[in-house]
Amino acid sequence: MPLLEIRNLTVSFDTAAGPFMAVQGIDLSIEPREVLAIVGESGSGKSVAMLAVMGLLPNTATVKADRMAFDGIDLLELSPSERRKIVGKDISMIFQEPIASLNPCFTAGFQIEEVLRFHMGMDRAQRRARATELMKLVGIADPEERLNSFPHQMSGGQCQRVMIAIAIACNPKLLIADEPTTALDVTIQKQILDLLVGLQAKYGMGLIMITHNMGVVAETADRVIVQYKGRKMEEADVLSLFEQPKSNYTRALLSALPENAVGDRLPTISDMLFEPAPSATGAAS
Amino acid sequence: MSVTVLEGKNIVRDYHVGGGLFRPSRTVHAVKGVSFSVDKGKTLAIVGESGCGKSTLARIITLIDPATAGELFIDGNKVDIARNGLSKEMRRKVQIVFQNPYGSLNPRQKIGDVLGEPLLINTDRPADERRDLAMKMLKKVGLGPEHYNRYPHMFSGGQRQRIAIARALMLNPSLLVLDEPVSALDLSVQAQVLNLLADLQDEFELTYVFISHDLSVVRYIADDVMVMYYGEAVEYGSRDEVFADPKHSYTKTLFAATPRADVASIKARLAKKRAA
Repeated sequence: MPLLEIRNLTVSFDTAAGPFMAVQGIDLSIEPREVLAIVGESGSGKSVAMLAVMGLLPNTATVKADRMAFDGIDLLELSPSERRKIVGKDISMIFQEPIASLNPCFTAGFQIEEVLRFHMGMDRAQRRARATELMKLVGIADPEERLNSFPHQMSGGQCQRVMIAIAIACNPKLLIADEPTTALDVTIQKQILDLLVGLQAKYGMGLIMITHNMGVVAETADRVIVQYKGRKMEEADVLSLFEQPKSNYTRALLSALPENAVGDRLPTISDMLFEPAPSATGAAS
Repeated sequence: MSVTVLEGKNIVRDYHVGGGLFRPSRTVHAVKGVSFSVDKGKTLAIVGESGCGKSTLARIITLIDPATAGELFIDGNKVDIARNGLSKEMRRKVQIVFQNPYGSLNPRQKIGDVLGEPLLINTDRPADERRDLAMKMLKKVGLGPEHYNRYPHMFSGGQRQRIAIARALMLNPSLLVLDEPVSALDLSVQAQVLNLLADLQDEFELTYVFISHDLSVVRYIADDVMVMYYGEAVEYGSRDEVFADPKHSYTKTLFAATPRADVASIKARLAKKRAA
């Protein structure tokens, strides 16, 4: 049974100019212990699709799907309070801007313990012990001391580690990482990616990596979904995606990598896409 | 014979962090004696992680902050803004493009005014000439005359970075400092902006100082590469030298950390995973 199964997901936002379709009919499934990467540019709907799973979209969004099931539970049927018991516990998410996504008013320790109190019902001493253990697990030096640090006292890489600690606090079955390393330096990026993949293997989580960096995809994923303007362009396992990309859009993305530059100019997406409005044709799934 | 546009000798920059009532003041050595030179029409890339002093160096080169010690030559003339101040002529020669295109444009200023302002401040051209020049520059960077009266929020990230580049070019500078110009952009937009920079360099014989932490971009655009680590230049040489044979251990770490998107390394990773 797939861990997360989504069929024909559509998300639209009400705007002054009428409804805007951010996600148009995405199918997606992830097995336990699998690393799935969703690749696309900004505006391709990759974050919105995952926010819809988490139920974190604003009221202006309309989410429709034929099926959206997590571990056999139909997420569309759940009441908001039932859903909150799953989100943050069995499914958790890491966001792009580590410093901005932590609350500046509370210490790192408080924010880790908050999850443990809400979902696990631990008492104070248990929470402290577990939080210390988590800080050690994500590789923060002097964990006890750092529990009392505020986000502004830590670097971007450390804040991202705290975010990961919060996300894995309740041993989730599925971890969604939304551009976890975009705001970080390459050396720190490497450490965070190694940490995420290591934790995924150790605890057998499903991991969804949302990214626009093909390098990150190549280093982490088992299977890849390429998305463009709210539609799925291609789905393939990582090796065949890089060896034989099927859709024009994937080919364009790969050739826009600076290391693949031929001669003086980089090919851009508009050079490569022949039809003005790309459809899913040529993107066999 | 090539002309050296920019030369720095032993540039040092210290910042004094003021102490509080119970805390002594201390000095942060942000840049510790860096030397470099760039010829006309070439690109020097400065690579390093955050906090290594590369943006401080960019501010010194752009004549925003003075260096604490060391000599800076632009077009062969020694510049010392701490002592002599800055002339309009010097301001015209060096321009900068910042990292975040969302933060570096005034949200209440129309694009036409953004582009006209450098001319208004530094030259005495009349309004209609300023307007013509701004229109021409918009076309140069791949935007149209219809964008003249729009506000920054109506543009995407890539378009805004084009506007920031256009603004920097309004005064015909000879040296352009690019402080992580593409790190906030998507892959395909990044490719467009890099192409634009390459075209503009050919057209105006611009000299670039390109600051980045993305080695694949550096390899594509740079002629010379300088790697900085804790305020020191640990490696400096031509692109091919540095990429083929990195000497310092930090440079090697940096290369090892860059994600590789080729089939061979994916195969190696998957094989390792299966074995584990």
